[in-house]
Amino acid sequence: MNGQHKCLADSNPFTPEPARIIRSYHLTADVKFFQVRFIDVERALSFQYKAGQFAMVSILGAGEAPFCLSSTPSRPGLLEFCIRKMGTVTNALFRLPENALIGLRGPYGNGFPVEEMTGKDILIIMGGMGVAPLRSVLLYCLDNRDWFGRVVLLYGAKRPAEMIFREEFFSLKTRTDLECHLTVDADDTGQWPERTGVVTTLFPSLKKVDPENTYALVCGPPVMYKFVIKELIKLNIPKNQILMTLERRMKCGIGKCGHCAIDYIYTCLDGPVFTYWDVLHMKELI
Amino acid sequence: MRILKLQKKDFFPFLEVISKKAELWAPVAKQGGPPAETLPDPHWASLAKREKFSFERIQDFSKIAMNTTRTIIPPKKIMVPASFNMFHFDEKEYREDLSHVTNRILFGVHPCDIHGLLILDKLFSQAYSDPYYLEARKKTIILGLSCWPDEFCFCKSTHTDIIEEGYDLFFTNLESHFLVWIGSSRGDDLIRLAPDYFDERLTEKDIKTYINWQEERDNAFQTEINFTRLPDLMELKYKAPFWEEAGAACLACGSCSMVCPTCNCYNVVDKQFLGNRPGQRLRYWDSCTLTEYSEVAGGENFRGHKSQRLRLWYTHKLRAYVSKYGKPSCVGCGRCLVTCPVQIHAKSVADALEGHPVDAFWKKFAEEVSK
Repeated sequence: MNGQHKCLADSNPFTPEPARIIRSYHLTADVKFFQVRFIDVERALSFQYKAGQFAMVSILGAGEAPFCLSSTPSRPGLLEFCIRKMGTVTNALFRLPENALIGLRGPYGNGFPVEEMTGKDILIIMGGMGVAPLRSVLLYCLDNRDWFGRVVLLYGAKRPAEMIFREEFFSLKTRTDLECHLTVDADDTGQWPERTGVVTTLFPSLKKVDPENTYALVCGPPVMYKFVIKELIKLNIPKNQILMTLERRMKCGIGKCGHCAIDYIYTCLDGPVFTYWDVLHMKELI
Repeated sequence: MRILKLQKKDFFPFLEVISKKAELWAPVAKQGGPPAETLPDPHWASLAKREKFSFERIQDFSKIAMNTTRTIIPPKKIMVPASFNMFHFDEKEYREDLSHVTNRILFGVHPCDIHGLLILDKLFSQAYSDPYYLEARKKTIILGLSCWPDEFCFCKSTHTDIIEEGYDLFFTNLESHFLVWIGSSRGDDLIRLAPDYFDERLTEKDIKTYINWQEERDNAFQTEINFTRLPDLMELKYKAPFWEEAGAACLACGSCSMVCPTCNCYNVVDKQFLGNRPGQRLRYWDSCTLTEYSEVAGGENFRGHKSQRLRLWYTHKLRAYVSKYGKPSCVGCGRCLVTCPVQIHAKSVADALEGHPVDAFWKKFAEEVSK
């Protein structure tokens, strides 16, 4: 953005690059979907990322915060975010009209090890907002369907109205190359056609899993991990093939501000994707 | 490495010559603080009686404090000011602001603090470069100065009592003269501005004087910490009750982080103004001991309790940096020992980890509470 750099580094890694909100709409009452594109056309295409990585989003005057990318790198050019209204930055972001200017820098973090996952069965388990980072890897798997074995999706939301990307997932149910299981904690509509109960209630309906050949990807509210991991261990999935993506406070995204430090690692550099072995090995991850 | 001799009488004239090149900053004595007799605790009363020092802009050379112990705040305040503007912004763009970075000569930096800068160099250049820090570091000429330990210094335990890199010139303050180590090409250029003040011929006697001084200084340390065991002990004593005790006494004031030469954490806020003035993205020092440090939007706090945050502080100093770089990120300056209001510091925490009796406020506090 700023052509003249007077500093040692080639460019200032903290400089937000200008991007535009192409489209935005509500997914639920407090969750909104944003499609964003860099103003610079070349930058829009040169922005390469991995599923599971995140970006720092700047809202003029409100500040900067980290958000995971919900779009898939297999569809370059347009970046998608799935954001819940929570604090100062998201409140300001929700007020912005389409075509508004925002700042973007990234991508940051390690992302999912998609090379390792190639050829393997993929079991995706998400709860509530956990869909935000995992939609990226799900779409990536579907876009490159031949590269992966079975793709299984388990998604739990609190109520039907709070199921993010509800239509998208219902349409996935018609696909034969994907096993999609949906549940809600409680059905207040009386019209929910799928299962009710927490996400772990979906496990018994799973077809037999080949544990050595399976990568399980988990993201959801903190309370969910304990129960889901218990199920995955019961299925004998190796601890280093259980992947989860974590949330932390971040002010830089590049290992300087210190806020996301856990034990001897930084979530922004060494995460946000960790294995269950990491969780056992390092304290305070979840 | 070239080592030269500088007579004491030639020191101010040399400063006079080089200070024309850039702003000169050095430690000066500070006034203020509570009167010693008002403090009930003998530890605090004795500390209050001591002179305090601070790195300040020097106009009058006679104000420079030559025989200081640690300054209140380490020289990190020159490289990353406590608060500064990263960007100006308007509706169109974010414009980098490096206006706080000026050419400076920083005199009187002790070996521990130069080691502190070397640690910050690593933190601020690993993976991504922090242009704000690196630019200030590049524009600051470091003139080191030897020092004499007081009862709170333990740099010998951290092997930071001597320094071999990270400075431009280093002055060893002997009785009748300085020995000047030239640490960089830029340092050599400074000498060349006034070569007549320096003598390259060191006599046997000069060398003997230096060796004697070094030996005497070596023996002057009163505080010792065995750092080699601490990474293991941080793991083994993760659930030790003393963390809860220290957490209960901790005021979560963040002073330990403010005065620590290797604490680099910061927060960022955007500020807007009425009228046409561009907005500012401000970066200011933060501390992992403060309540909001690990709080995310929505109110979830990953380290809600003070004991968890204290443990993070010490994990970082005593263990994390060791895993990455093979040594602790403590340089033994003793600032936490003289600063923490409740005496939670490297020495008392190391003692607690080792299972030694601890005579610190937080221990007494815990005993009082348990009665």
